[in-house]
Amino acid sequence: MFYREAGDFKTSYSADNQTFPIRFDRYRYYLVLFVAFLVIPFIINDYWASAILLPFLIYAIAAIGLNILVGYCGQLSLGTGGFMAVGAYACYKFMTSFPDINIFFHVLFSGGVTAIVCVIFGLPSLRIKGFYLAVATLAAQFFLVWLFNRVPWFYNYSASGQINAPERTVFGIEVTGPNTEAWAVYLFCLVFLVGSAIIARNLTRGMTGRKWMAIRDMDIAAEIIGVNPLTAKLSAFAISGFFIGISGALFFSVYLGAVEVGEAFGINKSFLVVFMIIIGGLGSIFGSFAGAAFLVLLPVLLKNVLVGGLGWPTDTAAHFEFLIVGALIIVFLIMEPHGLAQLWRVAKEKLRLWPFPH
Amino acid sequence: MPVAFLNFMEVTMNGLMAGVLYALVALGFVLIYKASGIFNYAQGVMALFSALTLVGIMEGQVPFSHLINAILGTEIHHFGWHINAFFGILFTMVVMVGLAYCVQRFVFRHLVGQEPIILFMATIGLAYFMEGLGDLMWGSDIKTLDVGLPQGGSLAIENLTVGLAAEGARYYGMYIDKLDMVATVVAAILVVALVLFAQYTKQGRAMRAVADDHQAALSVGISLNFIWILVWSLAGFVAIVAGVMWGAKSGVQFSLSLIALKALPVLMLGGFTSIPGAIVGGLIIGVGEKVFEYQFGPMLGGATENWFAYVLALLFLVFRPQGLFGEKIIERV
Repeated sequence: MFYREAGDFKTSYSADNQTFPIRFDRYRYYLVLFVAFLVIPFIINDYWASAILLPFLIYAIAAIGLNILVGYCGQLSLGTGGFMAVGAYACYKFMTSFPDINIFFHVLFSGGVTAIVCVIFGLPSLRIKGFYLAVATLAAQFFLVWLFNRVPWFYNYSASGQINAPERTVFGIEVTGPNTEAWAVYLFCLVFLVGSAIIARNLTRGMTGRKWMAIRDMDIAAEIIGVNPLTAKLSAFAISGFFIGISGALFFSVYLGAVEVGEAFGINKSFLVVFMIIIGGLGSIFGSFAGAAFLVLLPVLLKNVLVGGLGWPTDTAAHFEFLIVGALIIVFLIMEPHGLAQLWRVAKEKLRLWPFPH
Repeated sequence: MPVAFLNFMEVTMNGLMAGVLYALVALGFVLIYKASGIFNYAQGVMALFSALTLVGIMEGQVPFSHLINAILGTEIHHFGWHINAFFGILFTMVVMVGLAYCVQRFVFRHLVGQEPIILFMATIGLAYFMEGLGDLMWGSDIKTLDVGLPQGGSLAIENLTVGLAAEGARYYGMYIDKLDMVATVVAAILVVALVLFAQYTKQGRAMRAVADDHQAALSVGISLNFIWILVWSLAGFVAIVAGVMWGAKSGVQFSLSLIALKALPVLMLGGFTSIPGAIVGGLIIGVGEKVFEYQFGPMLGGATENWFAYVLALLFLVFRPQGLFGEKIIERV
């Protein structure tokens, strides 16, 4: 009843090809943007920003990046943590070497650097497939983390081996460093997330995306019908790396402020992002958002219920969280292999009739 | 013999023995992968879980004591008995078989026919689940595991090798851990036992049949369910051995599950489907990373062991995508 395409007439090709062809979807999208840009900044506080909204925004960017590689192009990568570290350290080097340039561009450039690194580690994907590739990307994970730990140039020879984000401003408002306002960092990350989502969405429904999906479904067949596997796979690695690099840069500069590479970008980070796209839904931009939201909210929720509500000790609660996350992954794979995005699709189908029976 | 050469030999020996331990973990992977096509990421966590269970049983810990204390407000910790290592391992095996049954019954039975990548993801979920379960059951503090294995360096070898160096050279003999030597022997016995089991028993033959072709095995009356439970139990058994060895070496703690990650490059080198491949791959990785660390580590800033295995495997795969002993990958449209 409320969600339907009836009466929604298209009079031009561009109207027919738009991202949200159904009017209700389109209005919902505008509403979400309105709330995100014009409502939340006024009601946000520090707790919400640092515990939920910032991690959500940043992980969503990483999840979109990884979803392009895994969900659309079918190249399983377990090196996300390492690539995020590249973004973070590139951003740090840019911030300290070129303090006059706006941080906005630093973040974009670090995305570019990560894209290059990602392509280098993606080169073996032309020969190696499936699990073998997944394990090969672990090489990236461990090598990169080791590199940033051991080569002093990357952390500017600081005694602690940590990197600390210096204070930088956008339009005169601080977005990094200790004296930031919650709304400013929120908006800064949001801009990147919305940009990434729009770019990713348009790439995946265009020719590039169709090539990726052809490679994912069967690469030899795709090659025969004229998809160049070299460009298709490497472009997926590059674009995925670009988004992951942006999220790593934001994670370091805006969210954490100070980073010790083994802790912040370890193998667990790689798995976390992989879980996000599995739970959210492989091959779906909305799924990346849903998965990121789910896995950011779940620990907060569990901690509030178990520690705050039931009074369990924090370590027991943390173990319980592992148990729940593991069980959820299995349940999702069994019940709904296409993740939350598929649930959303089913819900929309149901909404077309509801509340009427036919 | 010059001291540098002797040092090099010592490093190689230690590498070989570390490689045996990697191979132990890799074996469990190969068993499951051959029989069911599941790439079992949870193998390392199974080793951790079995080691935790073994310690818990031997010390007479109350399972879930932290959880029970948290909910009921009680103060229970131990039953107050101690069980010797033999029975402890026996009970742990019972637990691992039970676990194998549960894994098969509640997870993989529902995922038959799914893509391999989905099955892989499910084992990652399983790994998280078992990690949480193990910590919740037995607590997350670092435990020492003592099943009566010898500890420390071997004095006999040290004395024997001192004589090899030139007179007056400051050389004090090779340091070789007794535990590593025991592990080598145990691993050798385990491999022989597994090969004998696979070649000469009825169940072993059925296992190989399943590995060859699921459909054909089904049609001659082999129960896939039973074989899969069997295989997971075997992998659990290998995990106990690995868990005991690593646990005795470096204490039972979370990092034990990370050796699974080290086993991955071993598998890639050896090929996912080959038991000898797992052994050879393990030895290559073990020696390779120790020698590389010894020769180039100081130059590169140390701790190259973290990544050397992966990079080696990556480079190797580019030239031989199926690994040393793996079946040739043939792709058809």
